[in-house]
Amino acid sequence: MKMKVLKLTIKGGVDKDRVPDAVEEIDVNRGEIIGIVGPTGSGKSTLIGDIEQLAHGDTPSGRRILINDVEPEAQLRTDPRKKLVAQLSQNMHFLADMPVDEFLRMHAKSRGKDAGIADRVIELANTLTGEPINPSNPLTTLSGGQSRALMTADIAVISDSPIVLIDEIENAGIKKHEALRLLAGEGKIVVVVTHDPMLALMTSRRIVMKNGRIIKVICTSEEEHRVYLDIERIDSWLMSLRETIRQGEVVVA
Amino acid sequence: MVVAGTPGSGKTSVLMHAVRDLKSAGMNPALVKIDCLWTEDDRRFQRLEVPVSIGLSREMCPDHYAIYNVEEMMDWAMKQKADVLLNETAGLCLRCAPYPDKCLAICVIDVTTGPNSPLKVGPLLTTADVVVMTKGDLVSQAEREVFRERIIEANPKCRIVEANGLSGKGSSELGELMRGWPDVSGEMVLRHNPPLAVCTLCTGELRVSKEHHRGVLRHLDGFTEYNGE
Repeated sequence: MKMKVLKLTIKGGVDKDRVPDAVEEIDVNRGEIIGIVGPTGSGKSTLIGDIEQLAHGDTPSGRRILINDVEPEAQLRTDPRKKLVAQLSQNMHFLADMPVDEFLRMHAKSRGKDAGIADRVIELANTLTGEPINPSNPLTTLSGGQSRALMTADIAVISDSPIVLIDEIENAGIKKHEALRLLAGEGKIVVVVTHDPMLALMTSRRIVMKNGRIIKVICTSEEEHRVYLDIERIDSWLMSLRETIRQGEVVVA
Repeated sequence: MVVAGTPGSGKTSVLMHAVRDLKSAGMNPALVKIDCLWTEDDRRFQRLEVPVSIGLSREMCPDHYAIYNVEEMMDWAMKQKADVLLNETAGLCLRCAPYPDKCLAICVIDVTTGPNSPLKVGPLLTTADVVVMTKGDLVSQAEREVFRERIIEANPKCRIVEANGLSGKGSSELGELMRGWPDVSGEMVLRHNPPLAVCTLCTGELRVSKEHHRGVLRHLDGFTEYNGE
């Protein structure tokens, strides 16, 4: 039985020079999508890492992560069968030298799931990428887009966890909007590192990082939401243009 | 405590973070690094301001060298007034495991070597109490979990620690396991037998082909014979 996660709390820590985060505590509720933004090297991946390992003051940042207001027990941190957190990392290439289906079966086993769900992962991945993945393909031969699609589907089906962490999804070759919707599923807590304006404005709030510290939290305003609707229109227009070109047709004004 | 693992897996980095953790918990660790030909890890360890000693096995197997020098290392550590001795060994041929039965046996393994590597490492991993997975930040979560599953298949009783030698992730968990390990005393025996026999190559024979070699020899097809008096 998986624990029901209603609330995730990030308790502030310190940066490399021991300067504390500007925010003491951030609560994220079930169903919320929250962003993390900031320049390269500002500590976004460190914060994601703290959440992934349910830090309890044992990471260099000293941050603490609470689930439903309490510090989670050790098993939830380590045993993949009980893990509360699924992570789509920046490392979108597979190093494992094995076929797609064998890898997925093994991953299903590690998460205590039936190996048969491997087929569903491939099926779902193929809805996210233009280049179909074959179960017998060696993982290391997948293209960037195929790897991202497979990892996304793997998280949605096998690592089906109440908390989903996404580190930069905007890389090319995958339908990012659909991928995010798929990952967010129903009632999950989604934390997404992104500078993609559309994804960033899809969140209800975004944590701003600088020099390893959390400096503030911005709530997405009404105005920003209107901008989001504009971007959405532009994005679907660009998508349709891309499709027209891909199909070898002529673009009309 | 004995820390072993394949070359480049991050033993020294993991150990450095664990030493910091032990020190901040008020313990006095001492370190012995066993290597084959050359090392400058003593300089890395000295920065931690703990007693450090180096052993170079030269033409001998570093694991064998570490095994028969256990007592000497422990005497040295006592003289340094250390309450915990950490021994890092080179770990090369993967046929034996340099773990005395009463010591905490720690195997460090690099996730980027792929999910089949836990099956290849042999007794170094299968007889360890703790298996430390390093470089997990270079692969996806799914790949880490598959790797973890493979470790459990090879050694169902071990405790797995996911560590990062750069950020120090996992060091407090490892430090906690070290602090909780009971004191060793009395006679110790190895957990796993060392490689079979001493061959002619071990004593310096340079010529190739079986006609020049004595002892227990195994053919490519698996046939094993004794050649000698």
